Amino acid sequence: MTWYKRTESGIQTSIRRDVPAGLWIKCEGCAEIFHRTQWRERAYTCPHCGYHQQIGSEEYFELLFDEDSGEEFNGHLRPVDRLGFVDRKPYTQRLLEAQRETGLMEAVRTAVGLIHGRAAIVACMDFAFIGGSMGSVVGEKIARAIDRARQEGLPLIIISQSGGARMMESALSLMQMAKTSAKLAELAEARVPYFSVLTHPTTGGVTASYAMLGDVNIAEPGALIGFAGPRVIKQTIGSELPKGFQRAEFLLEHGFVDMVVHRTQLKATLAHLIDLFLG
Amino acid sequence: MNYLDFERPIAELEEKIREMRLLAESTGSDLTAEIDRLERRVQELRERTYRNLTRWQRVQLARHPDRPYTLDYIHLMTTGFVELHGDRCFADDPAIVGGLAKFNGRTVLVVGHQKGRDVKSRQYRRFGMPNPEGYRKALRLMKLAAKFNKPIISFLDTPGAYPGLEAEERGQAEAIARNLLEMSRLPVPIVVCVIGEGGSGGALGIGVGDRILMQENAWYSVISPESCSAILWRSWDYKEQAAEALKLTAQDLFELGIVDRIVAEPLGGAHRNPQEAARLLAEAIEEALTELLPKDPETLIRERREKYSRMGAWIETYL
Repeated sequence: MTWYKRTESGIQTSIRRDVPAGLWIKCEGCAEIFHRTQWRERAYTCPHCGYHQQIGSEEYFELLFDEDSGEEFNGHLRPVDRLGFVDRKPYTQRLLEAQRETGLMEAVRTAVGLIHGRAAIVACMDFAFIGGSMGSVVGEKIARAIDRARQEGLPLIIISQSGGARMMESALSLMQMAKTSAKLAELAEARVPYFSVLTHPTTGGVTASYAMLGDVNIAEPGALIGFAGPRVIKQTIGSELPKGFQRAEFLLEHGFVDMVVHRTQLKATLAHLIDLFLG
Repeated sequence: MNYLDFERPIAELEEKIREMRLLAESTGSDLTAEIDRLERRVQELRERTYRNLTRWQRVQLARHPDRPYTLDYIHLMTTGFVELHGDRCFADDPAIVGGLAKFNGRTVLVVGHQKGRDVKSRQYRRFGMPNPEGYRKALRLMKLAAKFNKPIISFLDTPGAYPGLEAEERGQAEAIARNLLEMSRLPVPIVVCVIGEGGSGGALGIGVGDRILMQENAWYSVISPESCSAILWRSWDYKEQAAEALKLTAQDLFELGIVDRIVAEPLGGAHRNPQEAARLLAEAIEEALTELLPKDPETLIRERREKYSRMGAWIETYL
């Protein structure tokens, strides 16, 4: 059975076409292929089916802030393994791997910048970092972003994408729900507007705290938003879930988000809302 | 009496003592010395067992079918309880109970998760897993307490919020989030008691307060050991390891600065002597109320906000 094997190793293909990696994009929704620049122009949504590709804080900051106006703060907050948590891997190792793979320090970044000329605080989560899970650092950075919005009277925008509270910090993660919600009560008392943007997916402890508490809740089309995950609910009820269950449009229908906004319209919508609230 | 697997040796000894007593009675022979010896042995065994419980064993105790539930404590430590029903929006949720009662002579608002005792009532109470209307009822009652300046005592005992289809339709996440926000600024003292299972957001949803008390065999965590095992180990078989990793006991949470006071239970767990368990818990609640009641609303709310502000663990590095 050796007739199909190479007899020599290390044979190199002599001509390599110089195609930059990832120039063409295949839509995860409809499998259409289109050019990267076209994709970026459409805020990483599919020009054919409208599928919203998951993007991170880097892309959202670029999308929302006027050119070069965004400035990150509290980037010096780092996670620690207070519990000495070990499952199949130690938490410290998971953190290091996540940091190496994503180039991020944690699952949220906070920044101040201009949106159509008006200053705002934007906190944006990164799903790529341990499933966008909320541990102490996420809670603390969100809390400080809320504090800053309140102190400077700047509108607050939180872009959520998260599997929920982070297991590896156990009750410390859980308490971040209470911490951030308590901070939002203070923000509300100062009458500073808070716009919550819920993107795919937003579930668990993040939905059950700051993500649901916006003065205006905005969801991206098709985003999965809920408390319990679909698999758990399927187990509970013992049957298939209805089509569109827990999707952005379902939440709009049931009265838990104010609007479903296409990502290409997100900046304009937020700018308009800021103008209506503060103008 | 229901025994847990690790209590088997204790159960066997207790059974032996019972048999010897019966034997002594029926034959008239004097076995006092022998029975005393066995009594001492079982007591030693109890102390050795219950002083060295693993985290998973405490989870088992917290879920013990005979463990006192919210309504048991309400009846054991208050008088004149009037239960109030409904969220005024959708329904009354039997998984959360609440109402007004007298506690040591003063009116308080009591609220808590409620589990059932037999097959029928367990189903009726949805195993203590609330729907959104449960959280909304709790908030309605707590706001009633604030309106009439009555302190709030909240009892936590749930595996988690109910993960059902209708719960999602009616906004489980929003209901919990709203409670967290509103509880952080209620102008009356809130004493929270974790009396059994502190199952994640479903527990916290009525668990924001000025003093967090936790019974020594209760658990409180972001996720149950079983679900944690399923997700992180991709198998249901690592619940013991998950319980260890999650650091979910009263002692753990006290060390993490989340729980203010560990409340002792009768040896072997609250179900061994519910009256005594209730007395110990009531004592701790009374002490907390004595500290909190003289504070004006502004101080209460400021201190509560500071309390939650401090929670968590992180480092600040300027590299």
